[in-house]
Amino acid sequence: MDIPFTVKLRDDTNLYNAKVGIWLFLGSEVMLFGALFSSYILLRVGAPAGTWPHGLLNVPIGAFNTIVLIVSSVTVVMSWASLKLGNPGKFRFYQAITLLCALSFLTIKSFEYRDKFTHYEIWKTDGTRMTGHIEGSPYFWSTRTLKDKKLDQVVFHPDPHHYAEPVQRHEAGGGAEHEGHAAISVPASEIARLSAFVPAHSTYFAIYFTLTALHGLHVFGGALVIGYLWGPGAKLWKTDPERFTNRIEISGLFWHFVDLVWIFLFPVLYLL
Amino acid sequence: MSLKAFHIVFVIASILLAFGFGAWSYFDYRDQGTTADLIYAIGSTLAGIILVIYFRVVLRKLKNISYL
Repeated sequence: MDIPFTVKLRDDTNLYNAKVGIWLFLGSEVMLFGALFSSYILLRVGAPAGTWPHGLLNVPIGAFNTIVLIVSSVTVVMSWASLKLGNPGKFRFYQAITLLCALSFLTIKSFEYRDKFTHYEIWKTDGTRMTGHIEGSPYFWSTRTLKDKKLDQVVFHPDPHHYAEPVQRHEAGGGAEHEGHAAISVPASEIARLSAFVPAHSTYFAIYFTLTALHGLHVFGGALVIGYLWGPGAKLWKTDPERFTNRIEISGLFWHFVDLVWIFLFPVLYLL
Repeated sequence: MSLKAFHIVFVIASILLAFGFGAWSYFDYRDQGTTADLIYAIGSTLAGIILVIYFRVVLRKLKNISYL
């Protein structure tokens, strides 16, 4: 049985069916990410002053990942254009770069997650707070861990400043920014709450991990599709090149959507 | 909307992000005086310029492909 309108355009839409399908799917994706973005913005705007964490994400890493995704979008279009020009060799080359970019993005993101899982905030009983690292960089410690391990103190390397405090102007040649890294012992009796930068830490990290993990899953899913079309799926080029080119266009549209989401995520989460 | 049209939308968004990040980094540099912020400001502005050039090239190279 032949599937109609895989290559031939429909009279009513002037599009082939897969293109209508991907845009319907992307419409639902816009609603999904749109709802999460709206939630983030409303929660942030409604948060009392000084309670919303900011400046805790690694901007250079986020910026580098943005460049990686922009490059991958360029190579996706190059690969599609190569097929349009009848050059499957160049298609394979460009899509290989796209796959490398996708893997690089996910690898870098996993390192960023790891850094968050070993970064902590301590709420002290006197009302003060500090962020930093616990000696030995353990993962996922919480107030309960202190009780379970029967620890009477924590060796802590505090960050130079807490996110709720205004950042001091950097003086050239000064070492003030390193002073905060000296280890201090915090008695367990003075710790009201201890949390790593995990979803349970705050609304900010809950929505940060929801948005970035959902986006990461989309990158992974897109890479699987592109990988299939680059490998075993490329056989279709020999029997039906136009249909194969259309498939690449569809995967490219999805990839562009995923990249466009990141173009919005990066400034919202990392900069603002 | 074809991949060409979506790519154009994406590149425009990337150009805005590059110049926006450049401005953000510059204002951060002005407020805090961190050298890294100045490097980000210059780097992202350059990236924005490269994207504008790329945008013009893409429009020229893909002129025969439909926006639908």
